[in-house]
Amino acid sequence: MSTNLPAPGRIRTGGLNPDQLFHLGSAVAGSFALTWMLFERILPVTSPLGFAVSWYALFLTMYAVISATTLDRVGVVDRVVGALVATAGAVLVAVLAGIVVFITIRGKGALAHTNFYTDTLALVGPDDGLTKGGIYSAMIGTFEQVALAILISVPVGIATAVYLNEVGGRLARTVRTVVHAMSAIPTIVAGLFIYAMFIIGFDLPHWLPLLGDRVSLPRSGFAASLALSVSMIPVVITTAEVVLRLVPNGLREASLALGTSRWQTVKGVVLPTARPGLITAVLLGIARVIGETSPVLLVAGYTNALNYDPFHGPQVSLPLFVFNLARQPFDVAIARAFGAAVVLLVLVVIFFATARILGGRAPGQVSARKQRRLSARLARRQLVEGNLL
Amino acid sequence: MTDTLTTPLPPLPTSAGTPATLSARNVGAWFGDHQVLEGVDLEMKAGQVTALIGPSGCGKSTFLRILNRMHELVPGASLSGEVLIDGDDIYAPTMPPIESRRRIGMVFQKANPFPTMSIHDNVLSGLKLAGKGFGKGRAAEAGDLVEHSLRSAGLWDEVRNRLGAPGGSLSGGQQQRLCIARALAVSPDVLLMDEPCSALDPTSTRRVEETIAAIAHEVTVVIVTHNMQQAQRVSDRCAFFLAAENQPGHIVEQGSTADIFENPRDERTSDYVNGRFG
Amino acid sequence: MSALLEHAPPPPPRSDERREIHPVPPRSDRIFVGAVRTASVSTLVVMGLIGLFLLLRAMPALKVAKWHFLTEHQWLPEVNKFGVASLLWGTILIALIALAVAVPVAFGAALFISEYAPRSLKKLLITLTDLMAAVPAVVYAMWGFFWLQGHLLEVSKFLSDTFGPVLPFLRVDNPDTLSSYSSSAFIAGVAVSAVVLPTITSVMREVFSQAPVSEREGAIALGATKWGMIRTVVLPFGRGGIIGGIMLGLGRALGETIVVFLIISPMFDFTTHPLQSGTNSIAPHIALRSTESSGTALSGLLACGLVLFLFTLLINTAAGFVISRSRSGAATEI
Repeated sequence: MSTNLPAPGRIRTGGLNPDQLFHLGSAVAGSFALTWMLFERILPVTSPLGFAVSWYALFLTMYAVISATTLDRVGVVDRVVGALVATAGAVLVAVLAGIVVFITIRGKGALAHTNFYTDTLALVGPDDGLTKGGIYSAMIGTFEQVALAILISVPVGIATAVYLNEVGGRLARTVRTVVHAMSAIPTIVAGLFIYAMFIIGFDLPHWLPLLGDRVSLPRSGFAASLALSVSMIPVVITTAEVVLRLVPNGLREASLALGTSRWQTVKGVVLPTARPGLITAVLLGIARVIGETSPVLLVAGYTNALNYDPFHGPQVSLPLFVFNLARQPFDVAIARAFGAAVVLLVLVVIFFATARILGGRAPGQVSARKQRRLSARLARRQLVEGNLL
Repeated sequence: MTDTLTTPLPPLPTSAGTPATLSARNVGAWFGDHQVLEGVDLEMKAGQVTALIGPSGCGKSTFLRILNRMHELVPGASLSGEVLIDGDDIYAPTMPPIESRRRIGMVFQKANPFPTMSIHDNVLSGLKLAGKGFGKGRAAEAGDLVEHSLRSAGLWDEVRNRLGAPGGSLSGGQQQRLCIARALAVSPDVLLMDEPCSALDPTSTRRVEETIAAIAHEVTVVIVTHNMQQAQRVSDRCAFFLAAENQPGHIVEQGSTADIFENPRDERTSDYVNGRFG
Repeated sequence: MSALLEHAPPPPPRSDERREIHPVPPRSDRIFVGAVRTASVSTLVVMGLIGLFLLLRAMPALKVAKWHFLTEHQWLPEVNKFGVASLLWGTILIALIALAVAVPVAFGAALFISEYAPRSLKKLLITLTDLMAAVPAVVYAMWGFFWLQGHLLEVSKFLSDTFGPVLPFLRVDNPDTLSSYSSSAFIAGVAVSAVVLPTITSVMREVFSQAPVSEREGAIALGATKWGMIRTVVLPFGRGGIIGGIMLGLGRALGETIVVFLIISPMFDFTTHPLQSGTNSIAPHIALRSTESSGTALSGLLACGLVLFLFTLLINTAAGFVISRSRSGAATEI
């Protein structure tokens, strides 16, 4: 082929074609003009919402009519459906963006003060401004309660997922069904359950002398983390099971064919291969429970004071802080609630994004860092022990 | 363990496996109630390469997996008959399956090195996973075993400078030879290979075939293959499997490779090895 | 054929009986299986305990109220006159309003993401949908109470003024003051719709994207428009997922506590006018009354929780059943 010829221009097959773009543009412009006429010149009312709705309805009509100049009925329907569907997608994004922007704008005032992060509300009166008080105790509460919930639910959740995927059988099928049902329990019911069982307490039968004769917990951070665990366990199980299922069966067979036991295969091959996915599962579980309000509402108690001890006395957490302050009739309290809501949202986004980044890798895919670590470990061992010989 | 240390080309640092004779007697196999194999008798002699040939779905792979108790891992799988390794039944109640798998290694159709381990660790994985790895002070011994296994698998020269790289970073053919090295490192008496070259290009296939020829003296090899030329090139003996429609598979004919290919007794064998069906 | 086998080695004593394979697992495996089985059983036990303790603690109230618990709409535990009827009705009403708003949007958005959006946008939208599902309920509640409510008052008034004359249930008392429209089931429902929107969207999208490529190409190759292809291939394939997604959304909407709590003003009559201020729902009722209740009143709240528990369990079991029965369901994770 001659090198003098210019490279042939590629034909673009996707996207909007010029014809469609022209129709779309005319419909948008035409409907806007007409709506403006209606609202500003003819109708006696002015309403931004009414304007938007009328504009959209007129736009759809015009788009259909203009499209009909070049397309048949089927083609027009196709275009109108395309516009409707794209609108739905835009609405979804707009709701999310609207929430984030609204919360951030309202929370800005509180977030600007450093005392908001380092102080508590213990000594703050209703007249004190945003320069006093903050969410420190709530952050401590959230941190401790979520950490305890992780300690409870991650071992149970991952062990159960291993049982479902690596052992299986009839019991596993029952457990899977029950776990699905459990993930659908309203979170307030999870809180109510902990309340009914532990806060109210229950008597132990006499043949269990070691634990005392009655089990009961005060309203506390630990009770809250128990309630959070009830919501978190099914999330961890379900996601971890999906992750374990992605570990290629060939790896299990290869390991077993080398003469290893099932436990050795799970410990040495399955879990290390699934590690990034399992971390994702845990992070998604955290992102889910960190903002849960209703389960902790009944069992954590509420206090403005700083309480480091999750086992004794009421302990506030971020969602509870937001919820309580939002209901107070003071602007300062509401501003603090918005500030705390932003912090909560940021925490959720951090856990969510980390989970996404880690979860983007296929199971067993080795990161560059891990590659370097593998090489370095081998080199070190050979160096150290090679010299001894 | 011997106390042999570094020599330019080290012998096996662990007790080497000795090729064992494997004999299947009247083996049948089922998945649920569906019988896939019936009455298979086959002797795989020590130190020889036995090829299992036949069209798809005739039960060769199932048979191979029966030989090291991988068959029973499939839910609903069952079998009849016995499999003897040097006279001992591997399905005897007193024989732990793990022990038989350690003596009878396996290489799979698709190369499956452990993605989280380096090349070095992949070779040692059989020992490590079983908790019999080399401790801190025995890196040299470990290194010897790695080198020996990789040399046997014909991979040493290609990877000697990057033993720390992950197993998945090798090419397909190299990965398959890494899997052979991994299987050899536990010093098996028998090595089963399930179409080890079906996913490889001709050059890699040739390297694997060379590897098979090179290891045949230290381990009994049983290989399933769809490739007639490969069976001719690598094997000493051949067994031709066939399954009539909706019938369980069985061995139609077995014998020395030369006889099966040049002088088949059965018409169907002759048709198959000459490429007239399958 | 028997002649062919003569080359085989002398056969062993024949027995065509299947062999029992009962390998004795090594001790480490027995411990391993025992440990993970214990973990699984403990999740079963927790689920059992939830039902058990709710029932146990609800018994005193149920003994007092008997079957009237399901029909009584007042909540006056002091005079032993209390029931879940108006609460349950309010719960269902708010959930249905939420679905009426969320389902069309979720359906469109799911179609857009799986069928229309270009590759890069698709990934972004999937991430955003999942992120939206992870946004805490209390954040939705703040947005619903402080922003959405103000903007919806006007819409409520418009709906009431325009359609009220024809549809009497849209009328309100004092239609000219905007505050008559606040704290209503309608506003709570719309706020809850934002909560369930991502859930429904992601289930629907998941199923749509699983419609087989071969069938899509079949339709396109016959000259179908995109919408034609969707109607003939994607939607029939995804029917189970659409219904299942809606029911999952319903389950979440029924149990929503915080959003509804902040918006509604509690009222113990059957909500007949969803645009009118005042309604009720089970979960917020429990949250509101739990701190101030004791004795029979507290037991009654636990009975409410039991009703909610059983009701959502029923809905979700039905959803799971529908999804698993449909063609697309086998591979769907919910």
